[in-house]
Amino acid sequence: MLTKRIIPCLDIKDGRTVKGVNFVNIRDAGDPVELGSAYAQQGADELVFLDISATNEERKTFASLVRDIAKHINIPFTVGGGISAVADVAPLLEAGADKVSVNSAAVRNPGLIDELSKAFGAQCIVLAIDARRVDDQWTVHTHGGKKATEKKLFEWAKEGQDRGAGEILFTSMDHDGTKSGFAIDPLARLNAILSIPVIASGGAGNKEHFIGAFKEGKADAALAASIFHFGEVKIPELKSFLKQQAIHIR
Amino acid sequence: MKLAIIKYNAGNIQSVSFALERLGVDFHITDNAEEIKTADKVIFPGVGEASTTMKYLRDRKLDLVIRDLKQPVLGICLGMQLMCTFSEENATECLGIFDESVKLFKPTAQDQKVPHMGWNQLRLKDSWLDPSLEGEFIYFVHSYYVPVNPNTAASTDYIVPFSAAMKRDNFHAVQFHPEKSAEAGERVLKSFLK
Repeated sequence: MLTKRIIPCLDIKDGRTVKGVNFVNIRDAGDPVELGSAYAQQGADELVFLDISATNEERKTFASLVRDIAKHINIPFTVGGGISAVADVAPLLEAGADKVSVNSAAVRNPGLIDELSKAFGAQCIVLAIDARRVDDQWTVHTHGGKKATEKKLFEWAKEGQDRGAGEILFTSMDHDGTKSGFAIDPLARLNAILSIPVIASGGAGNKEHFIGAFKEGKADAALAASIFHFGEVKIPELKSFLKQQAIHIR
Repeated sequence: MKLAIIKYNAGNIQSVSFALERLGVDFHITDNAEEIKTADKVIFPGVGEASTTMKYLRDRKLDLVIRDLKQPVLGICLGMQLMCTFSEENATECLGIFDESVKLFKPTAQDQKVPHMGWNQLRLKDSWLDPSLEGEFIYFVHSYYVPVNPNTAASTDYIVPFSAAMKRDNFHAVQFHPEKSAEAGERVLKSFLK
């Protein structure tokens, strides 16, 4: 049976991981390759590397980093951050990335999803959506959740699927950083209206929260950052805990 | 041993190369018919769409080269599907090494997403795969599948049981991505290379 996926997410700036990382047995916690390898060995099912570089100079470092990651890591990984054209994606996939995620650029120019899907296949296009509740409506936001758009979460996710996205990565900005659990209701609704996999993101604070994302939220995968980086939740323990809860886990 | 990877517009050539490098295996990537024919073993990777890929192979006459190979060949993902007779993906005539048709997954419940994406389990059937791989999880990404058939070497369940691995004479094939399947994937590659 297909298993639910656990996905650590690493923020990268100028070729280095950004958030403080508290990892034992690692020589250089700022090295994305070393940190990613450690997660792969611990049983992470996939990895996401998000480039939060502000300048083009820093972005160039990212492309060569992707090659280094692909060389050393033997599980699938997604890269994202600052992708706004087909020309941005080809070098990342050629360097060995398995998938790319698009966010703000797709909101500005939805046709980008069609172009990317046609050029590289739906399986490698992840549409990342940041949303928060505004007047009881799940509203899509850009710029790290700061800027509200006209788009509504469920319509936009469906449109993304129809345009050729292969997966939806949904981050609830209301839950992100709160460690109070994933946004279960919108996850369940996304699952009900979509025929492509949904990755839950935002709000993971302990291992029990993942049960909610998978059982009630019906998510296909769950992504988290700081709880893994700071060792608050360890992947091997999380996975054996979820197995005990009769959730299908590798 | 001379190991050739067939060079064409497949999306995972880089990942397959890196996986072989991690195993310390020498190989060369080539679309030269003579180099492919004289290699000891050949890997036929694949990520992409069936009809454009078959056209690419035909335009370069690589379809005939692959079909006539006598040494051990390993098709990966789309490579395995193209080794069949026909694919429902844009109604494509394929290489015809395996006398099977490739079908699109048809979900029967809401939680059955297509593509089948993620880690799923192998069930070996009189297999060329190392016996330690029984029950192992490997990584899949695909929307089309080959039904279980007499050449099935391992099966996996998703919506229906399907062929995760096949073998006929010198032709080996896997639907999943050994190059992305952690340590289990390395054992799959070693099963072919040994």
